[in-house]
Amino acid sequence: MWIRGGLVLDPANNVQEKADLCIKDGRISGVYPGGSEKSDEPSINASGLWVLPGLIDMHVHLRDPGFEYKEDIASGSMAAAAGGVTTLACMANTDPVNDNPSVTNYILEKARQVSKVRILPVGAVTKGLKGKELAEMGLMKKAGIVAVSDDGNPIEDSSLLRMAMEYAATFGLRVISHCQDRSMCASGVMNEGALSSLLGLPGIPQVCEDIMVARDILVSQYTGIPIHITHISTKGGIDIIRQAKQRGVKVTCDVTPHHLLLTEEKVRSYDTNAKMYPPLRSEADRKALLEALKGSLIDCIATDHAPHARDEKALDFDTAPFGMIGLQTLLPSIMKIHLEYGIDFMKLLACVTAHPAGILGIEGGDLQVGSRADITLFDPEAKWTFTEQDVKSRSINSAFLGQEFTGRVVQTFLQGKTVYSAT
Amino acid sequence: MTWPYKDLIAIYDLKREDISTILEMASSFKEISKRDIKKVPTLRGKTVVLLFYEPSTRTRLSFELAAKRLSADTTALSASGSSFTKGETIMDAAHNVMAMAPDCIVVRYPYAGIPSKMAQLLPCSVINAGDGYHEHPTQALLDMFTMKERFGSLEGLKVAIVGDIMHSRVARSNVYGLRKMGAQVVLVAPRTLLPPGVDTWGVDVSAELDPVMPDCDVIMMLRVQKERLSRQFFSGDREYSIFYGLNRARVEMMKPDAIIMHPGPMNRGVEITCDAAESARSMILDQVENGVAIRMTLLYLSLGGSVNVD
Repeated sequence: MWIRGGLVLDPANNVQEKADLCIKDGRISGVYPGGSEKSDEPSINASGLWVLPGLIDMHVHLRDPGFEYKEDIASGSMAAAAGGVTTLACMANTDPVNDNPSVTNYILEKARQVSKVRILPVGAVTKGLKGKELAEMGLMKKAGIVAVSDDGNPIEDSSLLRMAMEYAATFGLRVISHCQDRSMCASGVMNEGALSSLLGLPGIPQVCEDIMVARDILVSQYTGIPIHITHISTKGGIDIIRQAKQRGVKVTCDVTPHHLLLTEEKVRSYDTNAKMYPPLRSEADRKALLEALKGSLIDCIATDHAPHARDEKALDFDTAPFGMIGLQTLLPSIMKIHLEYGIDFMKLLACVTAHPAGILGIEGGDLQVGSRADITLFDPEAKWTFTEQDVKSRSINSAFLGQEFTGRVVQTFLQGKTVYSAT
Repeated sequence: MTWPYKDLIAIYDLKREDISTILEMASSFKEISKRDIKKVPTLRGKTVVLLFYEPSTRTRLSFELAAKRLSADTTALSASGSSFTKGETIMDAAHNVMAMAPDCIVVRYPYAGIPSKMAQLLPCSVINAGDGYHEHPTQALLDMFTMKERFGSLEGLKVAIVGDIMHSRVARSNVYGLRKMGAQVVLVAPRTLLPPGVDTWGVDVSAELDPVMPDCDVIMMLRVQKERLSRQFFSGDREYSIFYGLNRARVEMMKPDAIIMHPGPMNRGVEITCDAAESARSMILDQVENGVAIRMTLLYLSLGGSVNVD
């Protein structure tokens, strides 16, 4: 099969040119810049489209097993495919928690049966995400996990964090850390500041994130073991990461599209879709995140796709659960950041392809001969508005509903097979 | 002229003229409660539902009497006796109440934002009777009415609000209202009980109560809300009452015509001593009396009454 006439963008190989791709047996068998001979094999006309490596989203909640009313592997993978995401790492806060190989096996087996995209489970750091005893990281690694994280339940005990990093490193796993000092923001539901006071909502101060970013970095520096900090949201956290990287600490981080495009202002109407952890921050924080992205300080963009049922989000703001869905708005958000803030598209694309592949130590995220034929065709001109009708997830909780975007996924391939087509 | 608002959610959303209108009209409604027959037919045939999802004595009774004195039919629902305890959400409850065609819903809720959401989604009038620590607009209006009755005008008045500002919807509504009406406000509290961003409120802040006492026309004491103080914000009642409590010595420091207010319920011996609460300066029961008049005014305006300022 061929994909002809598209603009191939492959940040891993610094390629940005018109080329025809030939696909055989689920892999790219040839890349022909400037076109190729006609053949009888089926061919897709991609002229006017961008040909991208299938996106890798390293932070997704699929809610399966246990919370299938919010999302399951089938519906979550459909949303991913529609968003041009061909690989996703799913977090361990399911019920039961993915803290042992049976749960890992369940996820991978169900994914094999129903998933449109490649699903790579993230194992728990501690049993039951309780922050007390280490989970079976070695056995889960054998079963197929790609990293460990207690996402949603930050590890409070610093000694345990150190043990977890050392134990995870034993099996070649990296700890993905959700930084939040929970003793400091027990009942908080939005960014702390003048707006939280005006709305009468309990605040989550920036410092409760920064403290943990600093701690995690110091433990990483002390042990020499890499750590990945997920969904960084504060200017303070960014400053700490910048200094750490300058000292040579092996810290990587990701940011969500919503923290790059939205601020706490979105909470003004008490819209529970704008309630997430970390909370939408101030404009100054958002600017700092964009600057950090521009300056290559941020390694990845990940969605923290967090589906919640309509009735859960219909509660009052204090009581409603944290999180929003994001798989289908990831690539359009990146385009928006490119267009509005002039950040190089190739740099942004690397944050959802080559960089997460490198951090997770997985194949994919590139478009060279021999690569997996996980490919996203993207129409960079299409203007559209994201509405409830577009949502493929089981839940519709997005703060981007009603948002206009430029650029839309046209077709998604997993190992050369079409898993999503807009038409 | 008709009242332009379907709902009353927050003093923050009102203009100075709106507040003036309410305060002026409240005087004539106050007179009704002094009559032998305390009832006028103004809202005959209208239905007012009181949805109280948080305990309340004064506010609920005050709204109920206000509606009844205007001849509206009222019915009250509280969290403990409703399907809320069976897990029904407030918005489901609100839609169900709406299906029975009330003209006005008065709602109190333990968290911020629900009255705004109901106002957006329901066709009837919604009056906020207190939501979390967001706003309590009728309390601020009755407080301002009480001050205006006493001093004639709010312009230039000096008002101290003392205590747990952070968790107080009463403080927020009063600050917004008093600022709009040209009063000066000073907030007195330990740093732990001041809300983040208080520097944007256009008020003075003092950590000490004593220097403020001789300077103010109104000393408004806030209740120490033990149910909202989930963490340690101060060392305990003993130290609190010494530094921030209103007692006889402090009452004696007040200007000759200055007054004491408290939204109730009082924690006697914590933020206010018995002799302060019962002193001649105390307007606490006037506040309660005025609450009925303010709520009559708001029910009347929200349910389509014309603005009649003469």
